[in-house]
Amino acid sequence: MELSSHKFKEQAGRALGNAQLQKALLNVEKGFVAKRQLAVDALPEFDALRDNARDIKNHVLAHLDLYLEAYEKKVVASGGVVHWAETAEDARRIVLEICRKANARTVTKGKSMITEEIALNDHLTANGIEPVETDLGEYIIQLRGEHPSHIIAPAVHLNKSQVEGDFRRVHTHLREDRDLSEPVSLLGEARDVLRQRYLSADVGITGANFLVAETGSSVIVTNEGNGDLTQTLGKVHIVMASIEKIVPTLEDTAQILRVLARSATGQDMSVYTTFSTGPRRADDPDGPEEYHVVLLDNGRSSMLGTEYQDMLRCIRCGACMNHCPVYHAVGGHAYGSVYPGPMGAVLTPSLNGIEKTGQLPNASTFCGRCESVCPMRIPLPKMMRHWREREFERHLTPAAQRYGLKFWAFFARRPRLYRAAVAVAMPILARFGGSKRRFSHLPLAGGWTRHRDLPAPEGKTFVQQWQQRGHRRSEVAQ
Amino acid sequence: MSAREAILRRIRSATLGPDGRSAGERAGDEQRKAGVRARLETAPRGVIPARGQLPRAERVALFEEMASAASATIARLSSYEEVAAEVSNYLRERNLPAAIRMGEDGRLARVPWAREKTLDVRKGPSEGTDLVGVSHAFAAIAETGSVVLHSGADNPTTLNFLPEHHVVIVDADAIAGDMESVWSALRNETDRENLAGGRSAGGGQDAAKMPRTVNVITGPSRSGDIEQTILLGAHGPRALHLIIVDT
Repeated sequence: MELSSHKFKEQAGRALGNAQLQKALLNVEKGFVAKRQLAVDALPEFDALRDNARDIKNHVLAHLDLYLEAYEKKVVASGGVVHWAETAEDARRIVLEICRKANARTVTKGKSMITEEIALNDHLTANGIEPVETDLGEYIIQLRGEHPSHIIAPAVHLNKSQVEGDFRRVHTHLREDRDLSEPVSLLGEARDVLRQRYLSADVGITGANFLVAETGSSVIVTNEGNGDLTQTLGKVHIVMASIEKIVPTLEDTAQILRVLARSATGQDMSVYTTFSTGPRRADDPDGPEEYHVVLLDNGRSSMLGTEYQDMLRCIRCGACMNHCPVYHAVGGHAYGSVYPGPMGAVLTPSLNGIEKTGQLPNASTFCGRCESVCPMRIPLPKMMRHWREREFERHLTPAAQRYGLKFWAFFARRPRLYRAAVAVAMPILARFGGSKRRFSHLPLAGGWTRHRDLPAPEGKTFVQQWQQRGHRRSEVAQ
Repeated sequence: MSAREAILRRIRSATLGPDGRSAGERAGDEQRKAGVRARLETAPRGVIPARGQLPRAERVALFEEMASAASATIARLSSYEEVAAEVSNYLRERNLPAAIRMGEDGRLARVPWAREKTLDVRKGPSEGTDLVGVSHAFAAIAETGSVVLHSGADNPTTLNFLPEHHVVIVDADAIAGDMESVWSALRNETDRENLAGGRSAGGGQDAAKMPRTVNVITGPSRSGDIEQTILLGAHGPRALHLIIVDT
């Protein structure tokens, strides 16, 4: 997709005014937040598992070269092929070559965010191969020519009447007077239509939640079973995975699985967790004849050893966006990038450069909910702050903001002057605040007051209050 | 330089410093390698929740509870003798035709299918026309109510996904507390055929001996992609029926 993160403010403004989208976004809170909490509360060991999950991934990142080599050996030993791709373009070329060798006309796809990252569907289509998304949400947005607005719920921005409209528009071979008023009938229709596509596809492409170095297995986690049909029924199974998906052992996978589904959908375990190792064996009655893994870097190795390394622990559960007030308000498309929400605000600048994506690390209230729910304990707000620092250093922040900060910094470095200035300014502002004690318009602060009032200062300054408190405390101590 | 070398070189320079080739760093590299080998060989278990470590009776009860919570239906039988009748009964109750498809698994052959005179038992992988698939689970996980099936000559993977109804037979003795115990059991099963490739030093030369596919299945397929309302019966089976056999 074309990156439009530099238009975040504009796109967010439009999203706020889109009544249909606002209605759909209510489902984010309804569908995820309480369910996650219930699942977490039911497992006393959850936080200990988070710690261990973090430690496992930190260990992998410190030894990533060695684990990638170990993993590759195992894939090869089980009859699979490993392809290394430095860039999105390399990955697209590799996948196309495999498809061409298989004489593929149709390719089914399980849900995979990195195929979005490398814009694989457009590339296949342009080369005469039809990609068919099989995850229900991905299928719906493919029909609409859209991109996912959420990493695990790609069609969360839509309401069922829109889906009905799309199905009637596209599934013209079905009776016009059929009843599609209920989600269950929409699901049934997608199931029937896609069943035919699985059975006739030549190649199946899936992502990977994990790559297990010990065994050379790729792991997918789904609820629908679409990923399994995709990878079992085609002659060729292609796994698209980025290099940081490695985990050392099956035991380590079991640890992270315990925090993945709970954080994502509030399930104890997703319905299908599937470990795939190589192509079908000599005496297997079914399964793909070829098994390929495309290992994508696309900027990730350059994050190692930087203050953004922790981001490579991410397991794409979506908890950060499910709990983000900014995401709740504007949805995923406003971010203008493949990865939305807090994880996207950190990852997108890492992959695409801060020059084009500077608004994303600023699309945060720093409330900290994302970090508090992250199963891998990724310090997302801290990393967004680092991106803001990079932005400032490179003079990418808007001039007004830079001068404002300089002006404030001048006083902040001179505490006496600061206190004197505040002591003068506060009563004046308090007086102009009027009886409501709020400003609905303020010069130089239009960006704030356009959407909400600025409270007028009241009472004493923080420093004055602090000093009084200290005084009281010492009295108590005596 | 190949893409592989370029990627690995970037990772090494981030981990070891831009020209991390000094004697001290080379020694450090040996240490790193030893650390990775040890981890792959010992596969340490992490945090096992208390509910994954229950004694047998409670473990089976927890398995039933968790699988039901994941919308599977459950029957508990005292011997393989009763399995065929239970399957027939399941089909009748749901007005399904008396036909099933299954693999050649020896454990399924212990079931007296012939006693169900009208039951049509077909063998081999599914091509998408079967309404009911029957499988035997390698193991189960009480902690999450999951069954674990793996592919092999007698166990087609298509049976787990294409039929509308999936009936899975699991021995009560094969219900483990946690997933980690299932991995140990799988290694022991494969060890017998000298399939310990995964346990030899990381990246050893032995072929990886995981079965092609290991499916951990927790309830019937579902989707929440339309307005985040969970509906059963997405692309995989609409119903999962578990038959626990006390042997």
